[in-house]
Amino acid sequence: MVSSPFREGMAKGFPFVVILVPFGALFGVLATEAGLTLTQVMAFTSLVIAGASQFTAIQLMVDDVPAAIVILSALAVNLRMVMYSASLAPHLGPAPAWQRVIIAYLLVDQTYALSQSAYDDNPAWSLRDKVAFFAGTALPVFPAWVGSTLIGALLGAQVPESWSLDFALPLAFLALVGPMLRTRAHVVAALVSVTAALALAWVPWNLGLIFAALLAMAAGAEMERRA
Amino acid sequence: MSDSYIWGIIAVMGLGTYLTRFLFIGLIGDRPLPAWVLRHLRYTAVAILPGLVAPLLVWPAATGGTPDPVRLVAGAAALGVAYWRGSMVQGVLAGASLFALGQILT
Repeated sequence: MVSSPFREGMAKGFPFVVILVPFGALFGVLATEAGLTLTQVMAFTSLVIAGASQFTAIQLMVDDVPAAIVILSALAVNLRMVMYSASLAPHLGPAPAWQRVIIAYLLVDQTYALSQSAYDDNPAWSLRDKVAFFAGTALPVFPAWVGSTLIGALLGAQVPESWSLDFALPLAFLALVGPMLRTRAHVVAALVSVTAALALAWVPWNLGLIFAALLAMAAGAEMERRA
Repeated sequence: MSDSYIWGIIAVMGLGTYLTRFLFIGLIGDRPLPAWVLRHLRYTAVAILPGLVAPLLVWPAATGGTPDPVRLVAGAAALGVAYWRGSMVQGVLAGASLFALGQILT
């Protein structure tokens, strides 16, 4: 049997469903508890499709932070997507415009990481193969995310108080950050972020988080430059 | 939270996130980013997520802002296991089990 790039992408994308389902369901639950309607939760998750930034926004919305700061903080989480887009552009840039419009919509951590490494491993792939592989990775990932959010949103009100779901978000974020600490520069950036965020907690409107993030990015970049 | 507050955030975040993804694949093409920009972009996630989580862990709203040893230990376990195993799922499982155990014991 000849394995097509599309099928290969699907097979590689499938294991991520295990991670996405609880994460998506948790977003559904927390967003519903925060007071969003089912329509709002689903619009949120299918228009933004970027878990960590959605959680960031919900957390800040519950704290009654001004909308501009919520957006700024949440978009800062997603700035790395610029890097994903730039790094896939040499491979997918020549695709027809309508395909690029859809690819951009489906460009998330998982589809990016899998495609980047597959393109590196298969330099002989044609544009068609590359697009097919990308589509393959997105096929299991996207419905799993949207579907699990829906389940979480429907369950939302039925989760008992005694489960202490307030702790689920910090827990999920800590576990998310763990594997990202690949180099000393990443570790330094994370430490600066924590220290500055705690030290600047008094700054109004959660702007302390934005300052902490800027300091941390600069620290990580500087560490990398010196290494 | 008003409806306009919620919908406004959803709309701007949706559009903003889409544009960050579309920027190069859709608009700029394969012109490479300057090295210093890439260097900063690489750290955006580790620069903001830890800062967001730290106050939630150190001063949890559920305890009225008093540090809770069970949450601190469970949080450290989640981070440690996720780092060590390179797996988010294993980190969550480790942290959640310790947290549940702590809730039962205290």
